[in-house]
Amino acid sequence: MAKVHVTTSVNGEETEYLCEPHETLLDVLRNNLQLTGTKEGCGSGDCGACSVTVDGRLTCSCLVLAVEAEGREIGTIEGVGDKEKLSVIQQKFLEHAALQCGICTPGLIVSTQAMLKDNPTPTEEDVRYYLAGNLCRCTGYDKIVRAVMDAAETLPSERGA
Amino acid sequence: MSEAQDYKYIGQRTIRPDGFDKVTGRASYGADLSLPGMIWGKTLRSPHAHARITRLDTSKAEAMPGVLAVAVHSDFAAVSDEAIQAGEGSANLIDLASNILAKNKVLYHGHAVAAVAAKTEALAEQALALIEVEYEVLPPVMTALAAMAADAPVLHDDMFTTGLEETPDKASNIANRVEFKIGDVEAGFAEADVIVEGTYKTPTCHQGYIEPHACTVRYDEDGQSMIWCCTQGHFDVRTSTAKLLGMELSKLKVVASEIGGGFGGKTTVYQEPVALILSKKSGRPVKMVMDRDEVQLATGPTSASHNWVKIGARKDGTITAMQGKFIYEAGAFKGSPVMMGCMTAFTPYEVPNLYAEGFDVVVNKPKVAAYRAPGAPQGEFAAEMAVNELAAKLGMDPIELRLKNAAKEGTQTIYGPKFKRVGLVECLEAARDSEHYKAALAENQGRGVASGFWFNVGGQSSVVINMNPDGTGTIVEGSPDIGGSRASMQMMAAEELGIPLEKLKPIVADTEMLAYSQGTGGSRTTFATGMAVIEAAQDVVRQLKERAAALWNVTAEQVDYADGVAYNTAGEDKMTCAEICSKADRTGGQITGRGNINARGAGPSFAVHICDLEVDPETGKTDVIRYTAIQDAGKAIHPSYVEGQLQGGAVQGIGWALNEEYVYSPEGKLENMGFLDYRIPVASDLPMIDTVVIEVPNAFHPFGVRGVGESGIIPPLAAVGTAAANAIGTHVTELPLSPPRVLKLVQEKG
Amino acid sequence: MAVADYKAPSTVSEAVSLLASAQMKAKVMAGGTDLIIQSKSQTAEPLLVVDLKRIETMKDYQLTDEGLSLGPAMCCAEFTALEDVKAVYPGLTEAAYLIGSTQVQGRASVGGNLCNSSPAADTIPALIANGAQCVIEGPDGDRTVPVEDFVTGVGKNCLAANEILKRIVIPRPAPGTADAYLRFIPRTEMDIAVAGAGVSVTLDADGTCTAARVGIGAVAPTAMLVPAAAAALVGTKLDDTALEAAAKAASEASNPITDRRGTVEFRRHVVGVLVKRAAKIAQSRAQG
Ligand SMILES: Cc1cc2nc3c(=O)[nH]c(=O)nc-3n(C[C@H](O)[C@H](O)[C@H](O)COP(=O)(O)OP(=O)(O)OC[C@H]3O[C@@H](n4cnc5c(N)ncnc54)[C@H](O)[C@@H]3O)c2cc1C
Ligand code: FES
Ligand code: FES
Repeated sequence: MAKVHVTTSVNGEETEYLCEPHETLLDVLRNNLQLTGTKEGCGSGDCGACSVTVDGRLTCSCLVLAVEAEGREIGTIEGVGDKEKLSVIQQKFLEHAALQCGICTPGLIVSTQAMLKDNPTPTEEDVRYYLAGNLCRCTGYDKIVRAVMDAAETLPSERGA
Repeated sequence: MSEAQDYKYIGQRTIRPDGFDKVTGRASYGADLSLPGMIWGKTLRSPHAHARITRLDTSKAEAMPGVLAVAVHSDFAAVSDEAIQAGEGSANLIDLASNILAKNKVLYHGHAVAAVAAKTEALAEQALALIEVEYEVLPPVMTALAAMAADAPVLHDDMFTTGLEETPDKASNIANRVEFKIGDVEAGFAEADVIVEGTYKTPTCHQGYIEPHACTVRYDEDGQSMIWCCTQGHFDVRTSTAKLLGMELSKLKVVASEIGGGFGGKTTVYQEPVALILSKKSGRPVKMVMDRDEVQLATGPTSASHNWVKIGARKDGTITAMQGKFIYEAGAFKGSPVMMGCMTAFTPYEVPNLYAEGFDVVVNKPKVAAYRAPGAPQGEFAAEMAVNELAAKLGMDPIELRLKNAAKEGTQTIYGPKFKRVGLVECLEAARDSEHYKAALAENQGRGVASGFWFNVGGQSSVVINMNPDGTGTIVEGSPDIGGSRASMQMMAAEELGIPLEKLKPIVADTEMLAYSQGTGGSRTTFATGMAVIEAAQDVVRQLKERAAALWNVTAEQVDYADGVAYNTAGEDKMTCAEICSKADRTGGQITGRGNINARGAGPSFAVHICDLEVDPETGKTDVIRYTAIQDAGKAIHPSYVEGQLQGGAVQGIGWALNEEYVYSPEGKLENMGFLDYRIPVASDLPMIDTVVIEVPNAFHPFGVRGVGESGIIPPLAAVGTAAANAIGTHVTELPLSPPRVLKLVQEKG
Repeated sequence: MAVADYKAPSTVSEAVSLLASAQMKAKVMAGGTDLIIQSKSQTAEPLLVVDLKRIETMKDYQLTDEGLSLGPAMCCAEFTALEDVKAVYPGLTEAAYLIGSTQVQGRASVGGNLCNSSPAADTIPALIANGAQCVIEGPDGDRTVPVEDFVTGVGKNCLAANEILKRIVIPRPAPGTADAYLRFIPRTEMDIAVAGAGVSVTLDADGTCTAARVGIGAVAPTAMLVPAAAAALVGTKLDDTALEAAAKAASEASNPITDRRGTVEFRRHVVGVLVKRAAKIAQSRAQG
């Protein structure tokens, strides 16, 4: 099978890779680009550990073929926050102890960022339903929901709004 | 240690030291390491639940271009029938080898038969299809009761029931029988005014950690072999793998990656020894990562159980006797946690007459692995449901009934010791006095309470604290951090050393950097490894005093040390920890503190949960509407992570009670692999989980710590079960309370 | 199947000719949330994937006086955010909203849901309730099939290997009409329907039901239209007796199986409950 050459943007950086047609975006992020912050919990869209954005839209990278990324913009956990500073969401996850083992955390943070872009003032119910595709087996979600709500409240003031 | 002591760090909600890496995606988990020249291993698994392997031919796979090695059971040449310590239970080495690569029989759907290593994952998968296996399919035995039937097909024709007065001469699926008793239950029942009895069943459930098992390994002839894997106990991975491959411990380094959840399920080995064989044969590093189906098929689960319980009480609520017969499925190989079930089921109660009998039964399902308080939730579910039935029959409040009979200091346990101070009464009182317990319920809603007991474990931990010339230090521990334990270690060491938290960096060391440490399990890490940290820190303090004494020309006894500063009691001098460290070169070299312990005195942790549940009587759908988890932590080092343990345990228990179960076809094939059909709770299923952390100090720990990781999964089964029973106005005897079962209960009630 | 080749054409006819000239098994892909998982299954049979997402007309929509014309590959996240569509077909929007998680919504499409033809597909009963038509393009031109005839079996439909569903067309409902879709799952999210029901009712000025369509899912090899359930509603004010009769008709029309997701008895019972509840929601919507 001939490998396919793909030019895409990952976290704002132009990126090229060669992939097999059957490989998923998750495979390529982790194995070819060594961006292992995106995790694989199921490979079938059920756990959300592999959450990324494609052209700004939240998706499971295990359900995207790597070849599809041609010309798209991919956002991963590695692109959250800046070099100096954690994002408010990341900071709130730490403050609220919203992670235990942390395997779900990158996916949850990417999802939370996507949610707050669409809905900056979510209710608890909004948060729980939006994040229902991000499984966490350790925390019982309580502290995650609190961290997300707190981040939502903190963000507008951070932006100076 | 005085109870009212003021701590500087203990009890604070600090930011965990490994947090930055985990929220930025930098932390490396089991599947995140790749090595130069690395190839991929994949496992061929049995499509049958029970079959004899009549032919296994790997030659075509071996001949396929890109395939570099194949492994089968006979590669475990070194295996002897030696019991080894494998996680929280002890496993027979032959069983272990036969579980990770089937010997001559496959014993469950998904049982590993062979493994292949190839240049890419896809090639390895294609090669699996070239392995030729012929099976003689045998009838499967899918429940303990079926397995105990006289004419049941026998899984192991060399297994004879142990624990009977006479060893039988006929092979059986009953591996073992255990018995515990105090007093005379018959006499106790004779004294009773009221008797309740019932049979309670729990399903096969998986730990459900989100991270699949994964490892990257490299075999080296000159003794530099290495395993990188996600495990709760890398020293135990080393022991098991070394024994299976006939290696000396020093020739194998095991590095614990970050671990994406374990809950007991990552206390044993599956792929690691196989990967090492493949690496040895191919001369290349090998990576093996399970997919979700494999996790569900061949790792984990916890025992399904079938338990009969009988309780007698006087009219005033005094329990006179409790009796139980507990039957636990072990999966394909012996070793269910039924003994733990017998030891825990009645332990929240002080009752003079107790009798518990347990049966460990093999069936054609994956070999069970520890799951949070292994063995306790099943037995305690039965006992707690029966206690709630008893309360209803007596017309007594279930918490008052529990308080009347609660285990406390001095209570004789069924498994031997008498309790030192324990916090059950305090938990029950907190439950009784809570807003939640008094809140009104609407139509179709019900409330349930239940308690839970878990021993907690101590055991061996090794810790080293290396002080640096600038006064910072590294805490080198050997317990993988599953849920924030590095934070607790940092806090305890900072407290002892009197230096700021951020001066101390806790790391989880590999097996070469530290002496043996037991794994993270049994709620032992904050307790036992914490004690080793404290001991190591005290060792550092002792040396700091000696070094200061040397600089001041006084004796060490003349030096006091507090809040990070050494004082010369014979003069005016003082020196900070950092100053002493910076001069260590002049006083004999750098400072290392050691704490190698075998901790005893793990204080039991009791939990009491309250659950409100609403039932949709038309569909049987349930909704947990309010939940409170109360638990004795002894002392909460980091309250947020203690609460997190309570919440996480509660939600796993809720899942177990409501929708989680293994669904098998009549042929014994697992039908619900994957999270879409193995239904663990999702965020929108739940309310906030309120917590109340009780602190009744454990006298054996310098800060009073009790392990908190496990008790919290016990009460939900009966709290949810009773809430459902009350919402419907019926009896509940079987989990999970999935909608079809609940609807049936509603319809039967009419 | 294993994806061996990938093409991303920019027009439907190009896609059709790619299918027609394929040297291996070929399938079109919208969101891929079914296809990619299926392609990872055991057999190594090579597969050509023809991606529809670079075809603009597969992802747009027009809402006119005639009704809705939907590009079947539009992802559900985009579809469910269309407020104008939601105002007219709230039940269809609900059904699309129920598919998978937020992440899955970002990819999954209504067309993919329909073409995957699972008995449990959420949008199919809602499409049936709304009388949707499927516009199909093949090498010989276009044809149109009513949605209830589109699906022919478990995972099977009337598409030939070289045909593409290019449009989903839904007539604009008569005045006084509204729809609703409900499904039953054990959890609140991330489950596949154990039973589903889409109901559309038309009410006259005094609240009498003059027309109704009832579609049910996950209780037979295909989602199906249940005329008997609709008949039980027409001519009534959707009182309890009428609702019970519709529920009974739906239960009787169902032909479920027992599997890991539910039993025959349970599904049969619950589908009736869903029809009843969905009809009530549709009623209150129609009353505005
Ligand atoms: C985690 C998860 C949860 C899910 N939950 C649900 C749920 O709750 N309810 C539900 O109904 N489904 C659910 N699904 C299934 C799936 O997401 C839906 O069926 C979805 O709508 C499929 O759309 P798609 O665009 O991804 O289809 P694709 O995977 O792209 O295609 C599906 C099939 O349809 C064919 N196809 C697609 N478009 C066309 C076209 N225009 N013409 C001809 N053939 C076409 C493809 O060849 C393929 O065979 C879930 C899936 C996952 C992974
Ligand atoms: S790995 Fe993609 S959703 Fe689980
Ligand atoms: S913190 Fe472990 S899965 Fe979420």
